[in-house]
Amino acid sequence: MHIPDGFLDTKTIIATSLFSAAGISNSLRELRRNISPRNVPLMGLSAAFIFVAQMLNFPVIGGTSGHLIGAVLVSVLLGPSAGIVIMSVVLIVQCLLFADGGVFALGANIFNMGIVAVFGGYWTYRALLWLIPSRYGKFIAAGLAAWSSTVLAAVCCTGELAWSGTVQWSYGLPAMAGIHILIGIGEALITTLVLAAIYKARPDLLPENGRSSFDVRAQSLSGTLLYGVVTILGLALFVTPFASKWPDGLERIASQFGFEAKAFAKPVVPSPAHGYSIPGVGSLGIALPIAAVVGATCVFVLSFILARMVSPRSSQEKPQSR
Amino acid sequence: MKHEYLDRYSRIESPVHRLPGLLKLIIALCIVLVSIIPPARMLYIPAAAGLFVVLIVPFTRIPALFVLRRIVMFEPFVAVIASLMLFQADGGLKFMSIVIRSTVSLLTMIILSNTIPFNEILGILRRLHLPGIIVTILALMYRYIFVLIDETDRLNRARLSRTFAKSKKFTWYSLSLTIGQLFVRSTERAEKVFGAMSARGWK
Repeated sequence: MHIPDGFLDTKTIIATSLFSAAGISNSLRELRRNISPRNVPLMGLSAAFIFVAQMLNFPVIGGTSGHLIGAVLVSVLLGPSAGIVIMSVVLIVQCLLFADGGVFALGANIFNMGIVAVFGGYWTYRALLWLIPSRYGKFIAAGLAAWSSTVLAAVCCTGELAWSGTVQWSYGLPAMAGIHILIGIGEALITTLVLAAIYKARPDLLPENGRSSFDVRAQSLSGTLLYGVVTILGLALFVTPFASKWPDGLERIASQFGFEAKAFAKPVVPSPAHGYSIPGVGSLGIALPIAAVVGATCVFVLSFILARMVSPRSSQEKPQSR
Repeated sequence: MKHEYLDRYSRIESPVHRLPGLLKLIIALCIVLVSIIPPARMLYIPAAAGLFVVLIVPFTRIPALFVLRRIVMFEPFVAVIASLMLFQADGGLKFMSIVIRSTVSLLTMIILSNTIPFNEILGILRRLHLPGIIVTILALMYRYIFVLIDETDRLNRARLSRTFAKSKKFTWYSLSLTIGQLFVRSTERAEKVFGAMSARGWK
């Protein structure tokens, strides 16, 4: 999902960079208020941990492999503010050291995988935790949150590509969302299993009722609201113009003044497949919501089964911390 | 200890490596900007920028095969997204333009990351007044990526020596145990690092 350079136009680059800067500065403000010096090395090590965890591939159907993104994993373990900073730092290093994701697309990548995935995933997790208060709740909630954060980030990524005029929303959304509904299942399974593994080894590292041994988790209301504003504004800008059926304002003006005909009058290189449609992709009216519901149900059932399998039967059996 | 996938050639000797870091960073960013800003019709601008970077490669003494392998590694995503464009009006031109632009940018960034040591980039970021905590986290992260890769290798070796055969049934389970254990060890190492840092007067 790392967008390379050349896929975004200037207005999208500027907008996404501003949103990411706002999100990161908000999380730095939150951290500065709450963090003690002993958590600085922890954040560095966690960033290195996420980077290494992203290099470990798991097999997906048909010989392909996927890897963890880890946005929900890190935000469940360390809280959303630390999560945003850690994911951003990981993306910066991947871009500068690895050329994975473009320099000028860094803002967009941080917005998708750092801010939207962490903030959206974390609050999905908290809401589900409140809905499912059983002892499996933590693991089920983390699984579903991981799945939805992956899908949300993919939708956001498609929105940015469509806003830049790189791909058409009607082709891009089914392709990106469809693939990530599947990839998200892997993300959900790994997140649930990793949390269970950490719980088995060191139960004290997992948050209990929203509190944990790391004080980086503390979160103020104003900070949370600011994240919400950044995320919602970003989604409103990148995604909603395409989600509605009406042509957006710019297009309407263009068609009124007849720019539209001029803009597409002479293709320099004729498109080989223009006018054809990918079977099953052109008409996405009902197919995509159905796929999303089926995917979410799959994730719920799978993480429920996994949670029952991996979480200890009763509180007496809880493994001792070292 | 083999970390060939990271910035493997960033510390070798060559005329390009001797240039000041800030200059290289600015030139690279300019090349990327020049190749992504012009409209799709002006294909020759990114192509010229690409030619310039290709001509620089021999002076960096980075093996061409390494650069090529890196490009191939990231090209699939470009190809998938770009091929979506073949289905729209004027798609052929857009397809070519996107592929050329992103390949030139990718090539530039690969060369950049393999001609500047990461600590020099950190110094530049600090001079540009990036928030101090981010630079500290970046520095710590870069330092410990290699340590954690070794840690993962050790975990995998330990697991392999205790199991007879690679079972497909447990791939996911053992992978998540490895990642979980890696996190536990990272937090424990963070404690030690903090101790060592405060012993040296860091605050």
